Amino acid sequence: MAYQSKLKSDEINNELNDVEHGKTFLNKEITNERMEKRILLDKVARKVFSLSTVFALIVLGILFYRIGTQSIGWLDLKFLTSNLSIFPEKAGIYGAIIGSVWLMAVVIPVTLLLGVSTAIYLEEYANQGKFQSFIKTNISNLAGVPSVIFGLLGLTVFRRLFDLGSSILAGGLTLSLLVLPIIVVASQEAIRAVPGFLRDGAYAMGATKWTTIRTVVLPASLPGILTGCILAISRAIGETAPLVVLGIPTLILRIPDSIMSDFTALPIQIYYWTLDTVLTPQYANLAAATIVVLLVVLLLMNSVAIFIRIKFQRRY
Amino acid sequence: MLTNGGSSQNGVVYDVKGLNLWYGNDQALKDINLKIEENEVTAIIGPSGCGKSTFIKTLNRMVDNIPIVRTSGKIFYHGVNIFDKTVKLEELRTTVGMVFQKPNPFPKSIFENVVYGPKIHGIRNKKQLMEIAEESLKSAALWDEVKDRLHDNAYGLSGGQQQRLCIARSLAIQPDVLLMDEPTSALDPIATNRIEELIDELKNNYTIAIVTHSMQQAARISDKTAFFLMGELIEFSDTKKIFTTPEDKRTEDYITGRFG
Repeated sequence: MAYQSKLKSDEINNELNDVEHGKTFLNKEITNERMEKRILLDKVARKVFSLSTVFALIVLGILFYRIGTQSIGWLDLKFLTSNLSIFPEKAGIYGAIIGSVWLMAVVIPVTLLLGVSTAIYLEEYANQGKFQSFIKTNISNLAGVPSVIFGLLGLTVFRRLFDLGSSILAGGLTLSLLVLPIIVVASQEAIRAVPGFLRDGAYAMGATKWTTIRTVVLPASLPGILTGCILAISRAIGETAPLVVLGIPTLILRIPDSIMSDFTALPIQIYYWTLDTVLTPQYANLAAATIVVLLVVLLLMNSVAIFIRIKFQRRY
Repeated sequence: MLTNGGSSQNGVVYDVKGLNLWYGNDQALKDINLKIEENEVTAIIGPSGCGKSTFIKTLNRMVDNIPIVRTSGKIFYHGVNIFDKTVKLEELRTTVGMVFQKPNPFPKSIFENVVYGPKIHGIRNKKQLMEIAEESLKSAALWDEVKDRLHDNAYGLSGGQQQRLCIARSLAIQPDVLLMDEPTSALDPIATNRIEELIDELKNNYTIAIVTHSMQQAARISDKTAFFLMGELIEFSDTKKIFTTPEDKRTEDYITGRFG
């Protein structure tokens, strides 16, 4: 037996040798010369790519430095808890924070419900025909439409047609429209990533489509859906343009207390304070302090998204 | 309705008559006629792409999930044509269980996997679910290995255990028939052996149809064997006969390893 297997391995070795001693198709001298050039090019490429990264980091650093130095002394607890005022020393962003929270209270349920339902329909129920692929492509395109356009849409539909004024509801619905495509696309991807054999397992047990979606597809795709939602919502929380187009009043002294109240939000506050810096230079410091608050909120939300992604990551 | 079809012949579970199936324009099954009998293991063998997997997936209409599939002909299950408009897919699939090629437990606990079927069909009682889980896992010869970690994730099990878990999951809804699509092709020889022993036990209570790549497996575990080639049923008879005195030249060539 051992003898036989030795014979066999000898045969294989011979075959390999035949290949090695066959025709030479690489002239080692020429290839070595070319290799020098390639190694050099490799070093250059490394430098170019790392410099690109450094450039972005430097710009970000400058931004942080400016905001940091401008907001020092202005960002304190009083800033977070006092209401707007025309006197910079007294002004705070309490109203804007509450306004942003109200906005999210509209955006989160609306986008989650509509976005996830749309994604489920497109991925699970819709026939994969030409019309469906047309819709799918256009949802991806919508995600790239400038936010000002969504502001105009909100102005036409919610403010003029439905007569919602510049209320939280009008603003929230406008922002929902803006981030809906993002949630739909993210949810679609998460749902598509659920392997077909899991669905088959459920179908083979006599589960209906909806039961399969509810018990297998959604639980498995939930981390992806949630991550997409949080990222979309953090986009909504930082949007200014649609709200400006919608005509949010510049100075609101009342804290919003219902869905129909007028409101201001964090990015709007930054925008108006920056505009008025010419009149009152201290407004620049207020804007910087608000930027810090907004950045912290965004960072927190993104960390939650990353946490969910890592914590619930599943392998099949 | 499906289980108590009065007009069925004695002992015949499936009566396939003139079954054709197309994927788009490609015909995958050509005029298949065959009977699957109660409490027997029917093996379906043939080279890759011969339509054997497609065939077994028609028996519980899993092929319906593929949009481009068209069928013609009839499959009587206890006398009822399963392509009939009045037949509910969900009902058919609770009477006919299926085990897939790749173990496909859900990303849930072992317990949740086994009671998945009973739960979606409306059983909520915790004690009853526990009984079902124990009984199904015992039938699938997995109970002793997992009884202390029922609430661990099913993905912590080995490939062979996962496949037995999938069998337990199918048994939990008390089907009459078990369809197995190459259930051991992703498993090592030891795990394969355990599944084969299990099939031998299960056939006392269930009718089993199994697709297999391995002719030895077909010879070891089945009572009847069907040989498929290029979408046609070439030969179907007792396993012993197929492997000793096949009638068709092509069957003989295949089982003696001359092609495929």
